[in-house]
Amino acid sequence: MTPLVQIRETIANAGLQQAIYASTGRLMDKRRHAVAPEVFPDYQELRSQANLLKRHTLEHLDFYLEQFENNVAARGGKVIWCRTPGEVADFILGLAREREARLVVKSKSMTTEELHLNERLEQHGLEAVETDLGEYIIQLAGQRPYHIVAPALHMTRYDVADLFTGKLRIEKETAPEKQTLIARGVLRQKFLSADIGISGANFLVADSGAVVLVENEGNARLTTSAPPIHIAVAGIEKMIPRAQDLAVFLRLLGSSATGQALTVYTSFLAGPRRPLELDGPDEFYVVLLDGGRTRLLADAERRQSLFCIRCGACLNHCPVYRKIGGHNYPWVYSGPIGAIITPQFHGIDRDPWLPYASSLCGACAEVCPVKIDIPKLLLDLRADVTTRTRRGLAERFAFRMYAWLATSPALFGFAGRVAALLAPSNTWIKRLPWFLNVGPVAKWISQRDLPPPPAKSFRRLWKERKRHAA
Amino acid sequence: MPKRASLFVTCVVDQVFPSVGLAMAEVLERLGWQLDFPEAQTCCGQPAFNSGYRAQARKVALHFLDVFRDAEYIVVPSGSCTSMISHHFEELFAGDSARLAETHALAPRVYEFSRFLTEVAGAEDVGARMDAVATYHDSCHALRELHIKDAPRRLLRKVRGLELREMDIADECCGFGGTFSVKFADVSGAMARTKIDSIARTGAGLVVSIDSSCLMQIQGALSRAGLPIRTLHLAEVLASR
Ligand code: SF4
Repeated sequence: MTPLVQIRETIANAGLQQAIYASTGRLMDKRRHAVAPEVFPDYQELRSQANLLKRHTLEHLDFYLEQFENNVAARGGKVIWCRTPGEVADFILGLAREREARLVVKSKSMTTEELHLNERLEQHGLEAVETDLGEYIIQLAGQRPYHIVAPALHMTRYDVADLFTGKLRIEKETAPEKQTLIARGVLRQKFLSADIGISGANFLVADSGAVVLVENEGNARLTTSAPPIHIAVAGIEKMIPRAQDLAVFLRLLGSSATGQALTVYTSFLAGPRRPLELDGPDEFYVVLLDGGRTRLLADAERRQSLFCIRCGACLNHCPVYRKIGGHNYPWVYSGPIGAIITPQFHGIDRDPWLPYASSLCGACAEVCPVKIDIPKLLLDLRADVTTRTRRGLAERFAFRMYAWLATSPALFGFAGRVAALLAPSNTWIKRLPWFLNVGPVAKWISQRDLPPPPAKSFRRLWKERKRHAA
Repeated sequence: MPKRASLFVTCVVDQVFPSVGLAMAEVLERLGWQLDFPEAQTCCGQPAFNSGYRAQARKVALHFLDVFRDAEYIVVPSGSCTSMISHHFEELFAGDSARLAETHALAPRVYEFSRFLTEVAGAEDVGARMDAVATYHDSCHALRELHIKDAPRRLLRKVRGLELREMDIADECCGFGGTFSVKFADVSGAMARTKIDSIARTGAGLVVSIDSSCLMQIQGALSRAGLPIRTLHLAEVLASR
């Protein structure tokens, strides 16, 4: 079901609208400066390289996955293969039970959202704590991430102040720096006593068996090194062939996501702590999730949906996301990338409305650092919707009528005349008589005025003009 | 050699904004072009294509190919429809080599109006005059699929009496998006209101675009908001003197 009511509520909430528009606008500005030719002269070239690298990697994914697994094993780590999100959760719960773990710290990971990991852990009596500030806020609020990079993008510092006062029973504090210190105080303790640290992965490097994480807060570094066990959960598409390819991807990711040439911390994690090393876990696992991804590999065109490096730029630049926000999308991933991967991971019939929730303006493709042609994929998915799901009779009939009229010039000229007869007007129309205020026209006029039908169509006027000239 | 071009006025201009078609014809004739309006023309098929109805879109596209097969140049007062023909017909006929060849032969002869003026007719100053402060709205498909950004602005700067002022978000979508405007009417309406806020901030009394459907959306929202700002297609501005 299209969440039209919820969308309307989001749009009617002026404070929320302001928060979304301002936050995404700031991220847009930062990106614009970071990719400006003076700052990043080879930006376009790197985009093309990134696209080719991803294309190549996915074409040879079987090879790179195996290479990755061998290299992880060589460093004393272990790769766990999971077909479904449920299998990932089962593995983590099993391990937690064996090691008698009670406290799990997590650094930001969208992939674990696919398994509702926090709920699963809590159901089994484990405490799970998000340690990224935005994620921590969202967890306290009992929500799901609003944005793949900035999970609490929709909340102002006043919202956060109220939340902290209510949940942590502290005095109201509206200064973001102070709020950060409050969270830091709570989280420090958790890091030190956690039994397991769970992270995502920004990149999996095949030639070195490394998990690469980028962040700005240092919480991912603590999550992956303080507890005795580190589990990294990643979709199989996070693979890149060589460590040197990071030169392309890290630069693009930082610039596109937050306007940084590089994020504050970039961690390369390969295997557990070795003899004589001071920090690091005793056990190191990389859980690789399929979760619908291999379905996309089969199609050479649609495969590009898996190129995504989750920079969030397409969300920030999407005029639809900037109105409807992140929570009206049906699954973990919101915005343009969510609109193309959700139906492909789950099948087109679950949310057939999703590919239509776009004006096809193309702003997403323009900023995507790996050049995913999102509008084209949306169009392809729309074609899937009309051929593979049951569409309303009225809509199918309307397009059949359209095709018939648009191939019958004489009738086509006539159609517009009907409108002029039914609703004659010289000025833009504000309301219609009840018998005309139906269907698409009613939807149009609910938001804006309708143009008055002209007395004569162009083809009529052209004929008259020619007659005059003769 | 006579300069000959065919007009494809688009269904929206034919049925809703005929004055745009007339204005386009006037400007081109002023520059010495002989025009022809193939009367069997209807639509480019974009409404069906964008809604996922490929079979229906293909029928309409075939009709277009039949009507315009022999045209030397095809001039279109819309970036969106031009892009449909020059970029998306290819996808519609993938797998049909004969039609694909026809499409490839046709595509380079299809021109959006402002591009035709600047690149084929070699004109920037078309002798227009209009006393107005205007702002230019980049329509998405013209900007991002056809990369048309400067041509309309260059043409507008040569209009006597006209001052061009940039919006802060000239390249942000107006929210039209074809059937999106009614399927997601609330979202589309909200997008339009963001756009007209930016328009109003420029202090301009006129919004110009090269796509009539964007202007239908923008004018509809302006009119609903009671703002005394009018909209004109680039052709109408260039025809005025
Ligand atoms: S689709 Fe492209 S722009 Fe969007 S999040 Fe992924 S990489 Fe970034």
